Amino acid sequence: MKITRTATKLGALAVVAAFALAGCSGPSADGGGGETGPVSQDEIDEALDTPTELTFWTWVPDIQNEVDLFEEKYPNIKVTVENVGQGLPHYQKLRSAIEAGEGAPDVAQIEYQYIASFVLNNSLLDLRPYGADELAGDYVDWAWKQVAPDEAVWGIPQDVGPMGNLYREDILSQAGITEPPGTWEEYAAAAQSVKDATGSYISNVGATQAGQMIGFFWQAGAKPFAYDGKETVGINVNSDEAKAVADYWTDLISRDLISTDVDFNDQWYQGLANGKYAGWLTAAWGPVFLQGTAEGTSGLWRAAPLPQWEEGENVSGNWGGSSDAVLASSENPIAAAELAKFINHDEESALMLATEQFLYPPQQSVLDDPAFLEQESEFYGGQQVNKLFAEISETVDTDFQWLPFMDYVYSSYEETMGSVIADKGDISAALDTWQDQLVSYAEDQGFTVE
Amino acid sequence: MTSAPALTAERATVPPPKHHTSTARRRQNRAAYLFILPFFVVFIAMLVVPLAYSGYLSLFESRLIGGQVFAGLANYARALTDPAFLGSLGRAGLFFVIQVPIMLGLSLLFALALDSNRARGSKAIRLLIFMPYAVPAVVATLMWGYLYGPDFGPIAQVVRALGGATPEFLTRESILGAMMNIVTWEFVGYNMIIMYAALRSIPAELYEAAEIDGAGQFRVAWSVKIPSIRPAILLTVIFSIIGTFQLFAEPSLLNTIAGDAVSNSILPNYYAYNVAFLNQELNYAAALAFLLGIVIAVTSYVVQLSTERRERKERADS
Repeated sequence: MKITRTATKLGALAVVAAFALAGCSGPSADGGGGETGPVSQDEIDEALDTPTELTFWTWVPDIQNEVDLFEEKYPNIKVTVENVGQGLPHYQKLRSAIEAGEGAPDVAQIEYQYIASFVLNNSLLDLRPYGADELAGDYVDWAWKQVAPDEAVWGIPQDVGPMGNLYREDILSQAGITEPPGTWEEYAAAAQSVKDATGSYISNVGATQAGQMIGFFWQAGAKPFAYDGKETVGINVNSDEAKAVADYWTDLISRDLISTDVDFNDQWYQGLANGKYAGWLTAAWGPVFLQGTAEGTSGLWRAAPLPQWEEGENVSGNWGGSSDAVLASSENPIAAAELAKFINHDEESALMLATEQFLYPPQQSVLDDPAFLEQESEFYGGQQVNKLFAEISETVDTDFQWLPFMDYVYSSYEETMGSVIADKGDISAALDTWQDQLVSYAEDQGFTVE
Repeated sequence: MTSAPALTAERATVPPPKHHTSTARRRQNRAAYLFILPFFVVFIAMLVVPLAYSGYLSLFESRLIGGQVFAGLANYARALTDPAFLGSLGRAGLFFVIQVPIMLGLSLLFALALDSNRARGSKAIRLLIFMPYAVPAVVATLMWGYLYGPDFGPIAQVVRALGGATPEFLTRESILGAMMNIVTWEFVGYNMIIMYAALRSIPAELYEAAEIDGAGQFRVAWSVKIPSIRPAILLTVIFSIIGTFQLFAEPSLLNTIAGDAVSNSILPNYYAYNVAFLNQELNYAAALAFLLGIVIAVTSYVVQLSTERRERKERADS
């Protein structure tokens, strides 16, 4: 008797606990993006004078320095910086916290391509009432478009990655190439000479690196993704523009002029350091990254714009970059919005991000600052690399959108494109497979696909 | 020996007062429940509740648009026709059929060699073979990933120096083999220790009897030692079944080293993880996890049953 009764009690406890857990699982009802009137300066001042604690999730190294500036200016606000992981693990934890309804930070770093996935479930706060739309003019256009694709402003741009071409001047000149290739056609010819003369690959296209390939699409004017902020998505990864890019790489890879090693691992780092690759088509965060990776080759590298599809054109794409967004669940939205704005807008803080953390700035004020522009880099033979990328930054197509499920887009890229690129196969055909997978996923998830 | 009957007699002749025992027993019972309560609390909170919750989750379907709706067994039906899931189960099965016999064979060989007392410095050797188990799976995978490297990995360099073609360990075709090697390296020592411990507990009389019957070392190993440690071997087989179907760290880390070779659905546990966290289909992942649990339980049961049946048959034969 006793045993059964205890068992029943324990069983009941389990059921109660299960329901309690289940109760937490629904997305929070109080979504952001609601219609709020603009917040007045008085309200802002009051909020900043009230002792408040904020949590800020980011993986930018040493961002405490910028946060210190903020706390110095607003001594009543106490900010706790937490690094919960870089990239994917960060988003997974953020999503879990949002789902659980508690534990989410007030401000979080979010890369541009992931903003839509948080807009989708109303997790972000529209920053317009908090004075963010006034900042639009202070950022390069295309970066602002990334945080404000429609009317709402979902974050404050922190850094960007306009793409350029980093190359080993010594290896290219061994192959008789004195000027960096201006067009993709010249690049292909240069790839052949470099391979013949030195045995190096002119560069590496990471087989599973969707970010780089999407950057190439961006440059070529392809519009693979679209999202209306609600329930309609556009998926067009196998457009003619994208296929032209794919065919170009298929050709070079099948002729063994471009290697396809998976990037950002030891194998690849060594390839950069020892001349297996004579270049890297990368973003504006690449130059500093490379200095740390290939120290031994200091002085041998140069930076140039991406080769162009048409002679005389001047366009680039973007690869990477983040914003700081405020979570809709924040109990102190005014202070949180001020923090996101301060870190990425205050002149001192923004300049610090660019010159100490080496984030490539989207802020016009920093891009015009001689202290930033005229930095000469020994690693690049004294070249003013920042200035070059500042010029490239102005040539990035402004209107590039993302899907609200980029995690899946990237993993599907690895599955469909990654193996084909690694096997030197037909990348164009793989684009069709990728397209099919994305469309079927989107439809399964209830989106209307256009 | 003499006191025991006296005690029983005493107990028989003096029946204890009924009422008193019943209170004492009740108190004892209460204490007993109190003692096992912490276990049950943890057991229920950490095992039963999450299991029940994920079972509950697996009955729903959640979409990015439209949220959660009750779906009954639709997730399970989808899993049973999902080529990615079935493929991953197939690869896990292949892994099990090839890797586990090799690993356990090696473990048994080492255990017998150590037990024969012929090897010198057997303690040091035992420790050496066991050492990889002390290395976390994450570190082991990263280390092997480096050893496998096609350009700068030492294996490739040695082969090239000898004039051979660069061996490809990290391609789609060979990655399963590469993983089998890592797992074997990691767990040979662990299984060896289990078998060795069982070997040490075999009564010496059996060896003496075998010696009198004129059995040599190999005969003793085959006819005395291996049959005596069959339960321990079965235990390692069951552990290996569970381990194989739950492999996660190896594919997950090899994915960062050779992303083009490791598909998201290479092994079932890794696939369930990707479905949950990349595809954001938590409910479907819960169903996959449940099915995986069932597959493990059934496979373990079948293995156990078949050995038991064989034992029974052998006993009947002899």
